[in-house]
Amino acid sequence: MDFTVQDLIATLLPGAVPAALGYALAAVAVAFAVLSFFVAPLAGVTSWLERRVWARMQSRVGPNRVGPQGILQWLADGVKNIQKEDIIPASADRKLFLLAPYVVFSGFLGAFVVIPFGSWLIPADLNIGILYLLAITSLVVVGILMAGWSSNNKWSLLGGMRSAAQIVSYEIPAGVAVLTVIFLSGTLSMQGIIKAQGWAPWDWFIFYNPFTLVAFFLFFTAALAEGNRTPFDIPEAESELVAGYVTEYSGMRFLFFFFAEWGNLYVIGAIAATLFLGGWQIPATIFGVTMAEHPLLKGVLEFAVFFVKAYFWAFVAMWVRGTLPRVRVDQLMAMCWKYMVPMSFICLFGTIVLLVIWPEGNTALTMATLAVSCLIVLYFMWRVVYQIMHSRPTLYLKPYV
Amino acid sequence: MEISIDVLIFYLVSLVVVGSACIVAFSRNIVHSAFSLLGTFGGVAGLYVFLGADFVAAVQVLIYVGGILVLILFAVMLTHRISDIDITNRTVGRIPALVAVAVFLGILVYAIGETDWVRVKEVAFAPTTAVIGNLFLGDYLLPFQIAAVVLLVALIGAITLSRKEIKE
Repeated sequence: MDFTVQDLIATLLPGAVPAALGYALAAVAVAFAVLSFFVAPLAGVTSWLERRVWARMQSRVGPNRVGPQGILQWLADGVKNIQKEDIIPASADRKLFLLAPYVVFSGFLGAFVVIPFGSWLIPADLNIGILYLLAITSLVVVGILMAGWSSNNKWSLLGGMRSAAQIVSYEIPAGVAVLTVIFLSGTLSMQGIIKAQGWAPWDWFIFYNPFTLVAFFLFFTAALAEGNRTPFDIPEAESELVAGYVTEYSGMRFLFFFFAEWGNLYVIGAIAATLFLGGWQIPATIFGVTMAEHPLLKGVLEFAVFFVKAYFWAFVAMWVRGTLPRVRVDQLMAMCWKYMVPMSFICLFGTIVLLVIWPEGNTALTMATLAVSCLIVLYFMWRVVYQIMHSRPTLYLKPYV
Repeated sequence: MEISIDVLIFYLVSLVVVGSACIVAFSRNIVHSAFSLLGTFGGVAGLYVFLGADFVAAVQVLIYVGGILVLILFAVMLTHRISDIDITNRTVGRIPALVAVAVFLGILVYAIGETDWVRVKEVAFAPTTAVIGNLFLGDYLLPFQIAAVVLLVALIGAITLSRKEIKE
């Protein structure tokens, strides 16, 4: 499918449009479309879903008034926040204070440039895709430090410092875990990594060998820490730091930080799905229907498969947030440097050794890894069911009040 | 000369680089100087993109913005009485600085004038990552290893300097 936005621009604006101007217009149009029609509703609905899921886990109701089951709550929040006064503390460093939310937000939004939603649905398939992703998200650190310092508030500064230290530390296990996948796929391009996998679970990199299975969880944990999510949300630990680096922010600027955080949940899931879970791969024929003959159906199915895989991990992040307590600062750093960094290097070297022994992969090893993973999942589910049966929880609330 | 859009973008990126470099040099507030490095580093990454060096551009952002800039900010922010302009951004030694800058500028202008510039008609935007990797592990293996050893030494040195001696 060789249809590009460039062609679309050419058909919409006939006549003498220089190619470079066409590219520039296309870039702006794509950025606008992705932001308005995908990222904004996605982050909004994620914020609502997180509040509902979290409330359900704590036997509360959660927002359920605006729209069916409260699904339009995010619109109400947005409208409310946009009307609020944008308070700037008198002692704040005004320029940096005003700039910080945009730096954080552009670092987050830049990630969407290389997220592959389907085999041809990707804003730009850079051949350095995953490296670009790691690079652009480091802008967030600078923005958070900017917010923390410019607020001229000790809680903000402490929150910003903690956040920066945390993100910089956890970039290492995350980066090394990504490197194991790059060794397997031999490319940095997001589409290339997906094309190196297949639609079936035994073709995914997560089950390629036992080391990649561990690398996946290392990556996911490190990504949660980089996204400042509970149990790693010490930068905004309410019980210690008021609200960390966002303490002095109000109105829409406050919302921009959380916009980035909720949207980032999906980005984490999307990267995990791309690197380890086969991305948008679907079988070539489903129920006798050859996918190549129905490009629209193929596109929709690919998008759906990718979205479900990515959003499942966003849901797991909410689940973890509702389950685990917050770690202490020293525990956080010890966990990163004493456990996750060595483990990620072991995963990397293990994968390299296995690649030297079996350059084409080993089917028996893959199947064994898959089987063991299935057993772990089954045992986990059995434990959950056992706990529910034996604790006899009295649910005062119906699930869908 | 026809001003095409890529030339325009080039000048815009250059303006960002030079402008934020000026803020780094002239700002009275050292934290503003440190944050302005963001524009300089990012703009230089943009210039690399113009030269077709995609890998170098991404690494520039990853290392300089994600690593070095954050470390500089840490150092600056943890300094005591940082908002005091008197102790951080004093203007010292104007005349030696002026002389040094003038000499350096003269050398630069001379070098630019003497260089035989070749203008490439069509820049081929080919992936560079694999080529760089092959060169590092092939022709330039020794410099690559030496750089790695230097980094290791720096790491050990930093740990030795910052650790606390535990007296028995």
